[in-house]
Amino acid sequence: MPGQLLRVVTAGSVDDGKSTLVGRLLHDAKAVLSDQLSAVEAASERRGYEGADLALLVDGLRAEREQGITIDVAYRYFATANRTFVLADTPGHVQYTRNTVTGASTADVAVILVDARSGVVEQTKRHAAVASLLRVGEVVLAVNKMDLVDFAEDVFDTIVTDFAKAADGLRLERFTPIPVAALAGDNVVDRSANMPWYTGPSLLDYLESVSPHDLAAIPARFPVQMVMRPRTAEFPDYRGYAGRVEGGALRVGDSVIALPSARTTTVAGIDTADGSIEQAEIGRSVVVRLADDIDVTRGDLLAVDVEPRPVMTNRVTATICWLSDRPLRPGDRFALRHTTREVRAVVDDVRSRLDISSVSSIHTGELELNDIGTVYVRTAEPIFVDPYELNRATGAFLLVDESSGATVAAGMIAHV
Amino acid sequence: MTLAADELTLERAWLTDLEDEAIHIIREVGGQFERPVVLFSGGKDSIVMLHLAIKAFWPARLPFAVMHVDTGHNFPEVIEYRDRHLGRLGVRLVVASVQDSIDRGRVHETPGQSRNPLQTVTLLDAIAENRFDAVLGGGRRDEEKARAKERVFSVRDDFGQWDPRNQRPELWDLYNGRHRPGEHVRVFPLSNWTELDVWSYIEREGIEVPSIYYAHERAVFDRDGMLMAVTDWTPPRDGETVRSEWVRYRTVGDATCTGAVSSVAQDVSAVISETAASTVSERGASRADDRASEAAMEDRKRQGYF
Repeated sequence: MPGQLLRVVTAGSVDDGKSTLVGRLLHDAKAVLSDQLSAVEAASERRGYEGADLALLVDGLRAEREQGITIDVAYRYFATANRTFVLADTPGHVQYTRNTVTGASTADVAVILVDARSGVVEQTKRHAAVASLLRVGEVVLAVNKMDLVDFAEDVFDTIVTDFAKAADGLRLERFTPIPVAALAGDNVVDRSANMPWYTGPSLLDYLESVSPHDLAAIPARFPVQMVMRPRTAEFPDYRGYAGRVEGGALRVGDSVIALPSARTTTVAGIDTADGSIEQAEIGRSVVVRLADDIDVTRGDLLAVDVEPRPVMTNRVTATICWLSDRPLRPGDRFALRHTTREVRAVVDDVRSRLDISSVSSIHTGELELNDIGTVYVRTAEPIFVDPYELNRATGAFLLVDESSGATVAAGMIAHV
Repeated sequence: MTLAADELTLERAWLTDLEDEAIHIIREVGGQFERPVVLFSGGKDSIVMLHLAIKAFWPARLPFAVMHVDTGHNFPEVIEYRDRHLGRLGVRLVVASVQDSIDRGRVHETPGQSRNPLQTVTLLDAIAENRFDAVLGGGRRDEEKARAKERVFSVRDDFGQWDPRNQRPELWDLYNGRHRPGEHVRVFPLSNWTELDVWSYIEREGIEVPSIYYAHERAVFDRDGMLMAVTDWTPPRDGETVRSEWVRYRTVGDATCTGAVSSVAQDVSAVISETAASTVSERGASRADDRASEAAMEDRKRQGYF
């Protein structure tokens, strides 16, 4: 990602103190304004709490405040002198894991919380699995409530060892453990005097200095959102393709292949409302003009014509997170949304499910809510894909229930 | 004009990221919906959103309708700006009037109360009458804690209601705009922008905003901890003393529930400095409608408010 923005997702199970941690981070980073703090103090007092409950800063819904839990992803924005942060705060309840997936899908860093008293639990492994599957570049293991275990180093070490074991099985290559006590602020923004044995950075120090680990850059992909044909007096013959560069960089003069037609042509120009540019980096929204008049429409893909090229296929093997209450069974049909393309799809086979407690794949015939599994998907029309580990944008898809419109699965293409 | 990539400073790169994301979202609306509408109030967020929408479809014309939900209780500077600005952009405006809703008996006005909550009925009626299927709003997640829970594409049922506990997961940049007949989708292209980002972008793009966003001298009085302007709809009550003060508005909404803040910021860069240094949130400083209760915004949003 260009710029100085860091996208962070926080995940933890119920009562790990995640909202308190986020509230503390915002408060100590001076990102909480005085009226917001007064509102929290007043609300805490009404509830009979001792002192301000910083969790009330982030629990935005009435039901969340009433139940003292976080139900839905909340996005928070704050900036320090060094960096701007977008923080997706995701709930810990088993039934709301889909929100962790949502938060993780765009994150550069995942902060996974555990309660020092309970250590690594099934939810911790589930969050680690999600972070690994969605290829979140960096993972922090924040061991919270260290104050309740007398700031004991051996408690921290045991939890780190347990987590490392689980991470191994989940192909999570590395993580950064930090002991914190969010309620009082130990190691959240300032280093804690209560844990002299810990010599690493505070959570905020870490977030300010980490360089997000990007996926390998592949040649540019350009899913077409719209065809721009103004037919105005000023632009009588203009024809361009609007979209966003996903992967690599697109340059004027690049040879590109258009899918599904498989015709090749050259990038004649890259336009924006502010003028033409020679090169568009990953993430830029632009309009591309082509040298030849070929048939390209919304849902088509332009790709730089060098290896690795996207694969045009109507069968993929994918890892999916199942997000619906109704189980997924072989033969179920959906709309599949991939880049700017929507096609009909059928899940031909449900092969395996990730067993969270043993961190291993087990054979299964169906997936239930929050299950992560491997499936074969067949589409009515071809899609143009890369493996998710090469490129998030062309490797990810959604399954959508055609009658309700609900998003029922998040898919990551393994191979074709 | 050709821009070299290295001419972009890091600071501008962050604004460019936000702009690219918003343009991508707006183009997805163009690709997925039949009858989208952009809500335009003359407030800074809707001005920036309209600016982005025009850029998103350049060099083609904006293929969306533009609609103002008008309470009738406006600052005259804002209406003057609205008509002039939209005229210059060549955009045709649909006005959905709360006064019409009152005249037709769709809503009932309580004397002495703000018309702000009545807007929801007017908005939903206008969406149904015009068969709008996507409604673009300038709401930002940083404004308010219930808005922080909002999706970029947010489905409303056929009563226009928001169900925050049953929202679609929204992954990557794959926006699911599928909806059933009678339902519509609210779209928030500025979801990830902060107040400071909006002002920085206004400065970068040289966008004109209504004059009341900049410091000016105005007759005001104190009410509920806010500086209220003396208008036809907000006369001072007994015991409220009118004085002249240098003020500006941080938000521009219905005149009956929008307060001013003391300010000396007469241009964009001064506003940016004041915003960066402010210790009070934008809605906390200037919106009476959010002060009703802890869940005031959530309750209004559930019913179909912007």
